Amino acid sequence: MGKLTWGAIPIHQPIPMAASLFITFGVLAVLGLVTWKRWWPFLWREWLTSVDHKRIGVMYVLLALVLLLRGFIDAIMMRSQLAIAAGNADGYLPPEHYDQIFSAHGTIMIFFMAMPFVVGLMNFVVPLQLGVRDVAFPVLNAISFWLTASGALLVNISLVVGEFARTGWLAYPPLSELQFSPGVGVDYYLWALQISGIGTLLAGINMVTTILKLRAPGMTYMRMPVFCWTALCSSLLIVAAFPVLTATFGMLLLDRYVGMHFFTIDGGGNCMLFINLIWAWGHPEVYILILPAFGIFSEVIATFSGKQLFGYRSMVLATLAICVLSFMVWLHHFFTMGAGADVNAVFGIMSMIIAIPTGVKLFNWLFTLFRGRIRFEVPVLWAIGFMVTFVIGGLTGVLLAVPPVDFVLHNSLFLVAHFHNVIIGGVLFGAMAGYNYWFPKAFGFTLDKRLGVISFWCWLIGFYLAFMPLYALGLLGMTRRMQHYADLSWQPYLIVAELGAVVILGGIVATIAQLVVSVRTRASRRDLTGDPWNGRTLEWSTASPPPAYNFAVLPEVESLDAFWVMKQKGSARLRERYESIETPSNSANGFVTAFFAVVIGFAMIWHIWWMAIFGVACAAATLLAFGWSERVDHKISGEQLANAERVRLQPLESA
Amino acid sequence: MSAQAASVALAGQPGAMPASGGGPAPVRIVVAYGFWIFLLSDIIMFSALFATYAVLSGQTAGGPSGHDLFGLRHVGVETLCLLFSSYTCGLGVLAIERRYLTGFYLAFAVTFALGASFLGLEISEFAGMIARGAGPSRSAFLSAFFSLVGLHGVHVSAGLLWLAFMVAQTIAKGPRDFVRRRLLCFSLFWHALDIIWVALLTLVYLMGAR
Repeated sequence: MGKLTWGAIPIHQPIPMAASLFITFGVLAVLGLVTWKRWWPFLWREWLTSVDHKRIGVMYVLLALVLLLRGFIDAIMMRSQLAIAAGNADGYLPPEHYDQIFSAHGTIMIFFMAMPFVVGLMNFVVPLQLGVRDVAFPVLNAISFWLTASGALLVNISLVVGEFARTGWLAYPPLSELQFSPGVGVDYYLWALQISGIGTLLAGINMVTTILKLRAPGMTYMRMPVFCWTALCSSLLIVAAFPVLTATFGMLLLDRYVGMHFFTIDGGGNCMLFINLIWAWGHPEVYILILPAFGIFSEVIATFSGKQLFGYRSMVLATLAICVLSFMVWLHHFFTMGAGADVNAVFGIMSMIIAIPTGVKLFNWLFTLFRGRIRFEVPVLWAIGFMVTFVIGGLTGVLLAVPPVDFVLHNSLFLVAHFHNVIIGGVLFGAMAGYNYWFPKAFGFTLDKRLGVISFWCWLIGFYLAFMPLYALGLLGMTRRMQHYADLSWQPYLIVAELGAVVILGGIVATIAQLVVSVRTRASRRDLTGDPWNGRTLEWSTASPPPAYNFAVLPEVESLDAFWVMKQKGSARLRERYESIETPSNSANGFVTAFFAVVIGFAMIWHIWWMAIFGVACAAATLLAFGWSERVDHKISGEQLANAERVRLQPLESA
Repeated sequence: MSAQAASVALAGQPGAMPASGGGPAPVRIVVAYGFWIFLLSDIIMFSALFATYAVLSGQTAGGPSGHDLFGLRHVGVETLCLLFSSYTCGLGVLAIERRYLTGFYLAFAVTFALGASFLGLEISEFAGMIARGAGPSRSAFLSAFFSLVGLHGVHVSAGLLWLAFMVAQTIAKGPRDFVRRRLLCFSLFWHALDIIWVALLTLVYLMGAR
């Protein structure tokens, strides 16, 4: 069994053991419940083998929410440790465990929380907004999702079997080389991210092709909703950046597995090469996350102000500008490398320039709100909270882009506060706005408003309590990734930060309660119109939840905000007759491929070569079977469509 | 502005529809386009390795350099095999579009033979270097060399398997729409490997052998 022995299970470490038992029993309980209730056939048919972009989008978001919990538990453990581990107190987490926790926290929150959240929202919304029936490659879409889920599974297996990386979320060499990290932690990290990275790349290719080649008749580029534009730019960045990540991790794997010398300290290797390459992916990555969030805020603000978005063209241009500029700033992550004053100056200025298109966007949102009839629904609260918070995060970013300032603040808690400020205040707030905004579209009933408001305020206040002290601590000289500190004057700040984490916990509990309460009271919160917010874009023109085929007839788009204009004109929605259509049939390909990806990953991590060969052979066989088969479509007749549309639209039109 | 005027302003000029408003593209276009995007991403993956090679090519750690190892005659034959295989691959795709099956099988057989010769030459080069103690773990330069050239070789191997698989599929199912779509993707893939090889030949062999 390669390196795998019973010693890999952390029996002698109480905290990891408790966590493993908790996870193992949790998973067994869920599997047991599904078996006991005999839900397997339903789950398999309707979800696990589904190639419907809406179902896949929902599964992505569910994955993100579950891993948000995991990542948050890591976060609050770290905050608790630092609230007590001052001076002579050691705290409750030993250094080797603490190092795993901060590495897992960063890896999970970026790759398995933020990424699935935005990719899931894009998956669900983009085809509906474009007025088409699915993405360009539905089966590939399922494969993408399940590969992402496989990576998440591997990271969580590391909790029970073995250990996780202690190298931080980007695993810089030479620390991550075999010489200094001989355990399986870095291998868990690398294989989990290689597998999920391929899934993300395929998702990006799919999304680019969908947006550029599949749009409803009449939907010219300049009539696409802004969210589609941001999804396009984000997906282009995925296509351009993720291959670099794959290549970089591939080289580190070759160093670790076959003794090559890319990033080693001997043999002529160069570890700064890794840091350059990883940030050539890493900086575009933050824009991959934030651009769709900008798109969500644009949709939310326009809808709830009852106005067309101010400056649509400038919004599109700003998005494209950020898309291009994001590839020209990577070096600002390591000004201290010693590239020299001129190189640092160029990258410092390029980084500051990104603030310009971002500022354009902010003014556009403000002018959209200006004299709008604003309805303070939950998504708008997130949007306004974002606008204030993100400006602070952006300004500290501009500060860090000044190389001399960066030499002082590099690797300090100021930096930690900055990127949490933009990732929580930007990406997470955006994802939560999108979740509250599109939930009624996905499930046909609205989310509870009161608990949604409580969740928002807890997150907002908790965020400021948790991270403003870190700015101060960074300026006081506290570096990141410390498990213990001697300076007692830092402790009060860290206690406030711990309090902030507890308030955020309140926000998470409120989010869960909101979901539970809303599902229980769904009968009274049904939305039969499909348009609960008086929306502007095409996703609101079909039923909630949308039928598998999205639109009985592809909408004819005549303008920007197509659905709004249709409503103004009072276009008739029920037709005399309907043409029959075809939708793709279910496919087990995604699930099966991902299963073998987990087998391959696990076998490679533990050097179980026979199992790796078996996994590769099975995965190849799956691929060949897929490549041999002919796509089978499921036909829906015109009469079926007509009946479905009549049932939905007649009550609305007579009302 | 009244609601009606606003909606007119939103609708823009009637009758001036750009080509991008033509509705969903046909399947053949969508598939080929998506595959091209994939190939671009593949080329970006190679570009990361090219950059790595450029940085590490001087780091021989006291071992052999490109000047000591590369034989341009050998590489020249490899190049000819690969470029000619692309030509025959193109002929094969033209043949299948005209439903000229004999021509297709012939062209793809030659493509396979040329691709396999390329691969054989590459393997013999690698084996010779390893036998001289110049394996991938000797120095950073050789790690970068074996990874960059080897990744291209892995692509060629995958291409050969795919070629055989597509020929089998054509025999079993005939030149139907979806089979020809897949052949189109294969030929795009095969040509893209040429593009990468030309860059590789220049950067690694021609500049390294001096």
